[in-house]
Amino acid sequence: MRFLAYLRSLAAKFFHRSETAEDLEEELRSHIQLRADDLERSGLSRSEAERRARIEFGGYEKFRAESHEALGGNFIETFTQDVRFSLRLLRKAPGFVIAAVMTLALAIGANAVVFAVMDALILRPLNVPQAESLWGTVYGDGSGWQSYPNYVDLRDRNRSFDGLAAFKFVFVGLDTGKDPSVSTGFAITGNYFDVLKIQPYLGRFFHSSDEHGPNSAPYIVLSYAYWHSHFQDDHGVVGRIVQINKHPFTIIGVAPSGFQGTLLFLSPDFFMPIVNQEQADGESNLNARGSDSGIFEAFGHLKPGVTPAQALADVNAVGAYLEKTYPKESGRRTPSLGHPGLSSFSGPARAFVAGLMLLAGLILLAACANLGSLFAARASDRSREVALRLALGSSRKRIVRQLLTEAMLISLAGGAVGLMGSVLLLRRMGSWEPFPGAPVHIPVTPDVKIYVVALFLALASGFLFGVVPVRQVLRANPYEIVKAGSSGKVGRRITVRDVLLVLQIAICAVLVTSSMVALRGLMRSLHSNFGFEPRNAMTVGTNLAMAGYSADQVLPMQRRMIHAIETIPGVASVGLVNNYPPLAYDAGTSVNIYREETRDMRQSNAAASPYRYEISPEYFRAASTALLAGRALSWNDDKGAPVVAVVNREFANKLFGSASSAIGRYFRMQDGTRVEVVGVVEDGKYRNLTEDQQPAMFLPFLQSLSSHSYMVVRSNRDPQQLSAAIRSKLSELDAVLPVDIAAWNELLAVVLFPSRVATMALGVLGLMGGILSITGIFGMAAYSVSKRLRELGIRVALGASRTEVLQAALGHAVKLLAFGSAAGLILGLLGTKVLAYIVYQATPRDPVVMAGVVIAMALLGLLATWIPAQRALSVDPLMLLREE
Amino acid sequence: MTDQAQLLPGTLDLLILRAVSLGPLHGYGVLLRIEQISGNALLVEQGALYPGLFRLVRQGLLNASWGTSENNRRAKFYELTTAGRKRLREETDNWNRLATAIGTALSAQPEEV
Repeated sequence: MRFLAYLRSLAAKFFHRSETAEDLEEELRSHIQLRADDLERSGLSRSEAERRARIEFGGYEKFRAESHEALGGNFIETFTQDVRFSLRLLRKAPGFVIAAVMTLALAIGANAVVFAVMDALILRPLNVPQAESLWGTVYGDGSGWQSYPNYVDLRDRNRSFDGLAAFKFVFVGLDTGKDPSVSTGFAITGNYFDVLKIQPYLGRFFHSSDEHGPNSAPYIVLSYAYWHSHFQDDHGVVGRIVQINKHPFTIIGVAPSGFQGTLLFLSPDFFMPIVNQEQADGESNLNARGSDSGIFEAFGHLKPGVTPAQALADVNAVGAYLEKTYPKESGRRTPSLGHPGLSSFSGPARAFVAGLMLLAGLILLAACANLGSLFAARASDRSREVALRLALGSSRKRIVRQLLTEAMLISLAGGAVGLMGSVLLLRRMGSWEPFPGAPVHIPVTPDVKIYVVALFLALASGFLFGVVPVRQVLRANPYEIVKAGSSGKVGRRITVRDVLLVLQIAICAVLVTSSMVALRGLMRSLHSNFGFEPRNAMTVGTNLAMAGYSADQVLPMQRRMIHAIETIPGVASVGLVNNYPPLAYDAGTSVNIYREETRDMRQSNAAASPYRYEISPEYFRAASTALLAGRALSWNDDKGAPVVAVVNREFANKLFGSASSAIGRYFRMQDGTRVEVVGVVEDGKYRNLTEDQQPAMFLPFLQSLSSHSYMVVRSNRDPQQLSAAIRSKLSELDAVLPVDIAAWNELLAVVLFPSRVATMALGVLGLMGGILSITGIFGMAAYSVSKRLRELGIRVALGASRTEVLQAALGHAVKLLAFGSAAGLILGLLGTKVLAYIVYQATPRDPVVMAGVVIAMALLGLLATWIPAQRALSVDPLMLLREE
Repeated sequence: MTDQAQLLPGTLDLLILRAVSLGPLHGYGVLLRIEQISGNALLVEQGALYPGLFRLVRQGLLNASWGTSENNRRAKFYELTTAGRKRLREETDNWNRLATAIGTALSAQPEEV
């Protein structure tokens, strides 16, 4: 009932409003009638009396409007009037409306998308209780807690954390009874779920009390998504046995749907206890204090009252203790704390997103400048109409309000279209899996925040470009304008519109510059020297531990696999490398090495820490790595033989001064083993393309065992046929062995992914910049041509040549374009320092980039001025003059 | 016409209140009453009266209702509310103080300074 009453009062308000207006009219009419009655009595005729009464009353419309305002409460009415009037005006200029709405839609859409990414990666905390007090030790060289024993010491010795949990990734063969497949999981400490304070959706979680030493807790918790897709929401799943690398594990629970692990961009299929990691990894590193792969990240809630700075000091103190107690294994490292979620990627991700946000902001600014000058042009076209309205008694306030309403309508429409586009794009991005088979994703979901941001941006930009013509209206002198006619005076040399256009072109040139720099960086990293030839090379990954091979079976099987693939017709050579080949999945192990004379193997005495690869004798030939001096490894370099190594040029230069002098010299490993250098190969890239030149060493795989290896197969055969042949050959050896076959170039694609994404994003923004500058220049040129059509006609009639006409019509626009582009180019080159954070090898003074930008802007200018130029050239003086 | 004085800004409201305080009036009546009580000395532009009237209605100083004029035309009649009566008293006092002060100031002789 209350609702009905509300409706009724609302309706009453609406009807009341028009009643008031009628009331008002009637009252004013009655006044004039009464006055006329009086005048009639004084002897005038009725019609004369009424005429006199109307004159005496004064400006009827003016007083009516003022009275209306004095009655108050007519904001909504004025507003709807403005909206209706604006819509009517806009309908008359559909081209203008479409151009303006699309411009804004692009700009606002770009901002909404970038904001959503920023929100997902940086603003939004992990979806766990009290995420704000959750701090993690940052992985990478900044972290000291990458071995499991070090983590245990940190967990037990720190006084700042309310429990410290840790996790690492495991890639295992998971057999749920149907099809064994490679799955990604988190190996987690027993207290992981308790530290995060989350509860299972089904069954139970494991706890610290379940850990009783290595391989003591064969339990597995499924992620909600994996349970949903592989078990079809079967609630009876708890208690079932699954096989991880042929070891039985019991499903004890399912994690809640909102929880996808503690890394934003990788959601694991399952969680298993880290004490059982040997069964997943094939080797135990629970006691390996020197290992870098024990844990990925340790995190916990700070105790109440402990600041992050205090916690960091505490962590540092434990680090100093470990360094003193275990000088061989624990080196000096400076840890830092950060909120978990992005871990070591948070720095680059932040820089990247901040850079994108900046560029997207520039796009919006350029769009506003664009629309501002369009609106200014429109307003000056309408100066006659404005002057008439002013002369008829409209207030300037009212006119400005109507102009702003028009701007707001445009910007809201643009915002709506942009939002729709960005929501579609975000949905696509959210379900996109850049690497087939790996659960890596971009955690974006369009939510209410995006809508608010888009609305805010629309209103703000509407206001921004809406106020541009306001000054023009406020200064307008109706008398002058009506008298002078629409052609107007030439006015000042530099107008607001010129400034806006230069600003806009400068911004667009910055965007074009940055996308060129990014593109150039990507091209360069694609063509840099990798130290091997990824073309015509297949990689074949196997993990014998997954297939249940014991340690003494591994080497014979690997030799059998190599020989089997060598027999495939068209295969030139097959090499094997333990774990991962260079530039695959950002993987790489570096170890400390020492000079021969060093006896104290503490980390601070290390001569270098090269990447370590264990390879088969044929590897260099299969990878096309050039041998510079000495010999490659041979099948004789096995367990019983002296320990030998091939090193890269950087290694040789660092330890022995030159490649040739390195042959026959010795260095020592962490454990004191003397290693002889027998060969030197060319330098290359090992973990990623952006690294500085790193030392590397290659040891015989016969001397160190690993069940996880990749074979590099060099062949000119068609990759698909080849991979089928390899697969069938290997299944002859072992039918159930999971094999991962990919072209080496595909693995490179993973490493290149970040710079590809960066280039793509910058490319899109650069493209938008280009489009905006086209519309801006086009608008300006078309406007100036249409304004001066009559003048051009006279010039043509007086015998001006085509170039003279063009110069007169477009000279100004071209000058502004050149000026703006130059400014933008300089700004863009200054800004490449910022870009260098995002893009690999962003060099500011690259002649190709400079030339590219100049050519691009010139082409854009040509494109944008083409149609107006044609129009200027086709001026027919007779037609024009007749029209006047 | 020429010996009629222009209204000081802000005095129209006071005049309307005073005119209406002598009995309910329609808009045109207010105009006539002001001319009458000022001895035809004050000129009110006819249309300008209405924004003033509506302002006073909105402030709750006047009440308006439709009625019939003396020569049988429909017209809107205004009368003072209690708040209006109070406001008129205050404004009249204010005006008198101001007028006295200005009068005194203007009639000051050199020897009195």
